[in-house]
Parts: sequence; C-alpha cells; structure tokens
Amino acid sequence: MEVLEKKNKNKRYKPILDGIPDWPVYQLSRNRKEFIEEVAQKSFERILQLRPTRKQLLDELQTTVYREQQRMKRNRWRVDPKDEPRFWAQIKESVNALSARADDNSGEEKELLKQIVTRYANEIAGNFKPSSYKLAREITTFWFNRLLNAARVKKFGAIFRSQYTLRDKIQIVGKVKQLRRLARRGTIVMVPTHFSNLDSVLIGWVIHALGLPAFIYGAGLNLFNIKIFAYFMNSLGAYKVDRRKKNLPYLETLKTYSTLAIQKGAHSLFFPGGTRSRSGAIEKSLKLGLLSTCIEAQRNLYLETPPDEEPRKIFVVPVTLNYHFVLEAPDLIEEYLTVKGQDRYLPEQDKYGSFQLIRFLIKFFSKGSNISVSIGKALDVMGNYVDDEGNSIDNQGRLINTRDYFISNGHITIDKQREDEYTRMLGQRIVAEYHRINRVFASHLVAFVAFELWQKKHPKLDLFGLLKLPEEDLVLEYAEFRKACKRVRKHIYRLKEEGKINHATHLKGKIDLVIRHGMENVGIFHLKRPLLFNKEGNIITQDLSLLYYYHNRLTGYDLEKII
Amino acid sequence: MTSKKLSDEKPVGVIGAGNFGSAVANLLAVHRNVLLYARDEKTIERILSKRENRGHKMKKNITPVNDLEQLARECDVIFPIVPSAHFRSMMRKLSPHLHPYHILIHGTKGFDITLPKGQTIETIAKLNRTHVKTMSEVIREESVAVRVGCLAGPNLSKELAAKHPAATVVASHFNEVISLGKRLLRNDRFQVYGNNDLTGVELAGVLKNIIAIASGALTGMGYGENARGLLISRGIVEMIYLGRALGGNTKAFLGLAGVGDLVTTCSSSLSRNFQVGYKLAQGMTLQEILDSMDEVAEGVNTVRIARKCADYYGVRAPITTTLYKVLFEDLTVKQALQYLMRYPLNVDIDFLD
Repeated sequence: MEVLEKKNKNKRYKPILDGIPDWPVYQLSRNRKEFIEEVAQKSFERILQLRPTRKQLLDELQTTVYREQQRMKRNRWRVDPKDEPRFWAQIKESVNALSARADDNSGEEKELLKQIVTRYANEIAGNFKPSSYKLAREITTFWFNRLLNAARVKKFGAIFRSQYTLRDKIQIVGKVKQLRRLARRGTIVMVPTHFSNLDSVLIGWVIHALGLPAFIYGAGLNLFNIKIFAYFMNSLGAYKVDRRKKNLPYLETLKTYSTLAIQKGAHSLFFPGGTRSRSGAIEKSLKLGLLSTCIEAQRNLYLETPPDEEPRKIFVVPVTLNYHFVLEAPDLIEEYLTVKGQDRYLPEQDKYGSFQLIRFLIKFFSKGSNISVSIGKALDVMGNYVDDEGNSIDNQGRLINTRDYFISNGHITIDKQREDEYTRMLGQRIVAEYHRINRVFASHLVAFVAFELWQKKHPKLDLFGLLKLPEEDLVLEYAEFRKACKRVRKHIYRLKEEGKINHATHLKGKIDLVIRHGMENVGIFHLKRPLLFNKEGNIITQDLSLLYYYHNRLTGYDLEKII
Repeated sequence: MTSKKLSDEKPVGVIGAGNFGSAVANLLAVHRNVLLYARDEKTIERILSKRENRGHKMKKNITPVNDLEQLARECDVIFPIVPSAHFRSMMRKLSPHLHPYHILIHGTKGFDITLPKGQTIETIAKLNRTHVKTMSEVIREESVAVRVGCLAGPNLSKELAAKHPAATVVASHFNEVISLGKRLLRNDRFQVYGNNDLTGVELAGVLKNIIAIASGALTGMGYGENARGLLISRGIVEMIYLGRALGGNTKAFLGLAGVGDLVTTCSSSLSRNFQVGYKLAQGMTLQEILDSMDEVAEGVNTVRIARKCADYYGVRAPITTTLYKVLFEDLTVKQALQYLMRYPLNVDIDFLD
C-alpha cells in the first residue's frame, strides 16, 4: 500500500517575461562577443593588480603553463579543445624566452596573459540560443510527460495520454511567489544543494516550470563529456567551470565572468558546494569563490550607479533538492570513505553515460519515487532575509540598506579582505538555510534510524570498524526499529515547529505505513539495497556504506542524541 | 583609502563611563573628539563641571552624552564598554540606531548568558554555547553591525591614566577594524597589536579573570612568587582547554590577551578580580566583598559559567571547580589549596599538538 502524497498543489506558472528577447541571458548572448572581450579585459586588469611586477607575472605564467601541461598529460577529456597542446607549447616557449631576457621591458608578458585570459573567457562562455533552448525544453517536457504516462498507467497506449505531467512527479514547495516577484525586481542567484548529476537538468526544468527566464549555470565541464547533458547545458545558457584548472588566470577569469554576468542582470545559478556531496550530507562548508562574485557584483552596482538611482539588487535564493535515491550514491560514498580525513583532490569519474541515465529516468517515472524541490526565502548578498519587495530586513523586522555594508568613513570602498569575510558569512547563512528548508522523506528517516541503531549496538567501533561488519550479522528487530523511528519523527516535528527543518507530507500518518514507504523507496534502484525487510519482517541491509550515505542526509540536527 | 586627518573626521563614541570606559575615552581623545555615553546624569554633570570621572582626569574634547541615538548618529565607530550583565540590554537600546556601516569594538571581559525562564546557572541541566555568548556575538545577534571587534590585554585603568607604557590587542575578523583600532588608540605610550581570532581573544580576556581571583586568594594567604608561578602556568593550561571547548584557538591564549593579561591581573592588587580572591582569603564572605566594591568583578560570574560549561564539554578544570566551591559553597581557601596540590595531574604542557 502506498502512502499518498498530499494532493499536489503545483500549478502552472505563467512566464514572468513575455518573450525570450526580454531575457537577460538572451541579451547577454546576443552581445556575446563584446561580453567575452569585456570579461577578458577586466580579468586581465585584475590579474595585473594581483601580480604587479614583471617577475611576479612571469612566475605566475610559468606556473600556469606547468599546471596546464600536467593536466593535459594526466587528465584529458573529450571536451578539451584539440589545439590545446599547441597553444600551451607556444606560450611556454614565449615565457621561457622572456624569462631569459632579464632587462626586457617590452611588456610582452602582458600580451601573453591577455592571450591566456581571452582563451579562458572563450572556453567558459556559454552560448544561449533561443531556438535550441525552446527545442530542448519541448523535448524534455514532451518526453518526460510521455514516459510518465506510459509508466504510470502501465499500458503502451498511454504514452499518448496527458493524464500525468512532470508536475505530479516533482514537487516544488516553498517561496515560489516571492521568487517570481523578485526575479522581476532584481537579479536572482540560485544556490541549490548538489547530490547528483541529475540536479542540473532538474533545476533547469524547475526554473522553466516556475515561469522564470533561463538562468546562466556554472556547470562542471565534466558534465559536457556526457553528450546528452552537453546538449541540454549548451542550450540552457550554461557556462563551463573546469575544476581541473586551479591556476590564477583561470580562476580570476571565471570569477570575472560570473561577476559581470550578475552585474548585467543575468539570473544565475551555481552549486556552491562545488561538487556533488560525497557523503550524502547537506553541504557544511561552501566553495566561496563563485559566491564571492555575488558580493562583488552588488558592490560594483552600488559603486557605479548614480546616487539618484536605485541599483539593481541581487537576491540569493537557497534551494534544496530532496531525493529518495541518488544514482551515483555507491561511487560517491566509496570516494568519500577512501579520502575521509585527507584533503586531496577527487578525480571526477562519471561512469554514467547517456544510456544509464535514460534507464534511470524510465525507472524513476515508473515507480513511486518522488523528488521535491524546496525554494528558500530570498536573502540579500549579506544573508539578510528580504521581503517581497526586495527590502532587506533584520532580526527585529527593521529595514536595512544593503549599501551600508560597503561603506567606510561615509564612502563605498573596495576592501577585498572585508568582502572575503562577508562571503564566509554568506556561506554560513546559506548552509543554515539549507538545513531549515531541507525536506525530510520517509526514506531519510528509516536510513538514519537504522544506521544509528547499528552504531549504538557497537559503541566501541568507529565508522570504519562498523562498516567492516559483515552485513549478514546485522538485523534490527522491527519493534525496536519502529519505536526509534517514532521517537525521531516526533523530534523532527518539534524541530519543524521551531523552523529548523521541514518534512514531506508523507512523513505524517501511521508510523508503520511511513516506515514501509521509506523502506520501499530508500535507494530504490540500487543493485544492493541499503535497507530491506527479511522474512520475519525485521530490518536488514545489503550495503551498509550505502545506508550510511542515505543516513547522512539527516546529520547536523543532533538527532543522534535521541536514538 | 583617503588619508584625511583623523581630527577632521566624525567623533568616536564610547558607551559606559566606568573605569575602563573613561580610560579608553582618554586614549581616543588624543586623536579624535569623543562622545562618552553615561547612563547617570550625575556622572555627566561631574564630567562637564569638574572634567573628572572615577579618578580619571577627562580630556577636554570628550563630551559626555545621555542619548544613544545621538551617539549612533554622530559616530561611525563605537566602543561599548559596559559590564557583561548589562551588555545585551544596552545593545537592545542602541540597536535601532545602528546601521551596517557602524564599527563596534567592545572592551568587556565577561560572558552573556541567556537561560530558559525560571532557570539559573545552577539549576539548568546543561550549559553550553547556545546559552553562553561572547560580547561580539551579542552585538551580532542584537544588531545589524557586522564589523565588530574587541579590545583585550593588560590594561589596568589606573596605569593607563598614569601614562605608563602598555599595549592592547584589537581582535576582529576584519582587517579594516584592526587597522582602525590601531589608528585610533595608538600613541607613543600605548602599543596596539592585531589578531584575527576574535573569539579566542575574547575568551582569553574573559577566562583569565578566574585565575586572577585564584591568584588574589594565594596572595591573601600570604604565599609568594613560587605559588603564583605555579598558578599562572597551570592557569593558562586550564584557560586553553576551556577556551578551545568554547570555540577559540590555542594561539590567542599565548599572546597579549592571554598570557599578557593573565600575568598582569594575577600580580596586581589594582585588579578587581584579584581583590575578590584576596579578600576571600582574608576571611570576608563573597557577599561582603561584592557589597564593598563600586564596580563589577566579572570573574565571579565567569567562574559559575565556566564550571558548568566544563561539565558539558567534558573539560578538566580543577582550578575553576575548586574556586567555585570556595566562592559559593563552604570550602575554605586553605582546603581548596590542599585539594589542588594533591590533584593527580602532572603533565606540564599537553596542549601544543
């Protein structure tokens, strides 16, 4: 028996802007060439400020060349341009030649830098095309809907019905109205949690379903290796973030790209966690690089707008994506466990090509596994809540002028260290909001309770000791499990009242049904299921590491203490 | 950055006309005009008519005021220096007038504590960082000010007034606040250091008061420098353990705000906290001592709070717990000392890994 989700209130939203030509992202792509030039020029100037002397710049260029050549040698991808080795070989030659001439002041090293940042700016830039955007959108919606109907009604003929739509499958909850309103008044920077490669596609659909114009994405370049993703991303206005490139010119160009795009009013989206959450837990600390671009863009807007005009305001909107099942979970958790405690680079491995994804989608639509997307309250770039008009509000409900954060001695000033600190504060605020709007599913509850109970039964074992236990030895009595689930659920209710967490409607009702729902859905499509009932109706696991992964979704609320 | 002359700029605000507040106002007045907020009308009149407050000769360019709104309007930089017990209520009154451009550097060495209704530090089951806040955290919670810092270090008000050489630490997450603090406070008798570990520096300043009381007690018993050396070195270890549990880093405790301030307050009869311990050893009761003082000894409350927190975080704090028994139960200083001397912990340094 299925626990029914409350009647889905999701309705169709009208687009907030009529035609694509009005969209900021379209404006940006129409002037693509000029925009790229501007990005290159600004990045060039910034890097020169950071490396003012000839020697410093040459050293930086040398490092960059070295790192790029190492990357090409070790980790080349399908999407990497063919002429790359030639380009870098040539830069290397020039850098070496310049380094040899100690008393040269031709400024040629600057020329090289310009070449590099221009190349990077071109690599990063997205390419939004209205025609392919529309096409991609139609295809997605059409096929998702067909698949859904075929799967739900379980007759082949049903593929032509429109009884179900994607809206029945993906629930959007939270501050939708506010988001739509603010998107007309200012620039939105959406910052979702990141669990799966599917997130980008999902969030793209959500943005469209909410009637918002396309956002620009900072999408991991690794995704462009997968052809089906590459197609969607390219047409949806994605720009490319290559996490292999850690050199200064690249990072500065990337940040400049984002800053300028936000400044020009393009709604943006990035996953501030950086990569997918390896442990399955909600991000605890965020990558601050791209986040800092919201603050910088806002400061520039204040700085450049004449005093009698009100500059466009930037709104940061945290979003959590809630799944019963994460396709990549087994690999993610394995990676997490291998490197736990060591802060080293994780090679991106994507074992899932187009085929696996389609298979997953079919499964996803045919079974009762829902996804929910929670839209959080909008924040200003300092992490203050804003009202529906976009005014920043403090804890006591008083208005705040965001401009004042950048003022020193009566004037707006540029202070990098100050803004780094602001970025850190914004990151903390976003994490807190994630926890607040996180929607607990029954599957999260059962995974959490089962794992914690097993941990409690082996108090002497640390995590790795526990994970080494043979799965056959692990059995939980249903009665005990049920009691613990009830206790934790009660506590989740209390946290919800305090505004510290949210939960799906299916979490309410008879606990036996909720447990059943959770057990049926947790990690539903994995070969080895994280939780199962045995013949006696007790709880067993086939893969404790996977269970640990799904359990982690509920860490950070101190729920461990009530198990 | 523009380099206007400091005296041309807006005045600096000081909230709290106590001993330390008056001393800081005088330090600031070297560079800029100062508005000094006092709650008490009489204090204002006295400063206006006699240019004197709590034994400090007040500089001419210090204007005493009674209006927080005026202070916030005229000053971008404010130094709140009021006892921790009144800090939050003061912030609530000041907060409506603050904007994000305000910079606040406080000089209060105590904890703020918020308990559920009807509970006391003694009755509550667990006391942890959700109840116990540093002053900068109170500022952040109660107002929109984000550029916040603190002053800490060996700054005995009377010595500052007498212009003896001294130094202080300005701690803040913002370099802007640190360099401003330096520009505003520094003079040829007063050195200013910067530190980015705001919480660590605040905790060091607060926790050292515990050890200061203990040191006063030792002196009151008539013991000499060996005993003090023992106390100070064991004291710093205890401060570091407590401080780390409460969210600070070891480093802050080894600097001016930690060791520097500790050595000073442990050796000086000018310190109020030292006086509490001293008088205890002389046989006065805590109530008698507190009644005899004109200003708050922050350390007394800090002992209550730190002991309870040590329980929650599982930190060994023998000096704090024993001192608590002397202050609030009927252990005598002599018994306490006997107990501590038999305490079975004898690793010298174990916090530097």
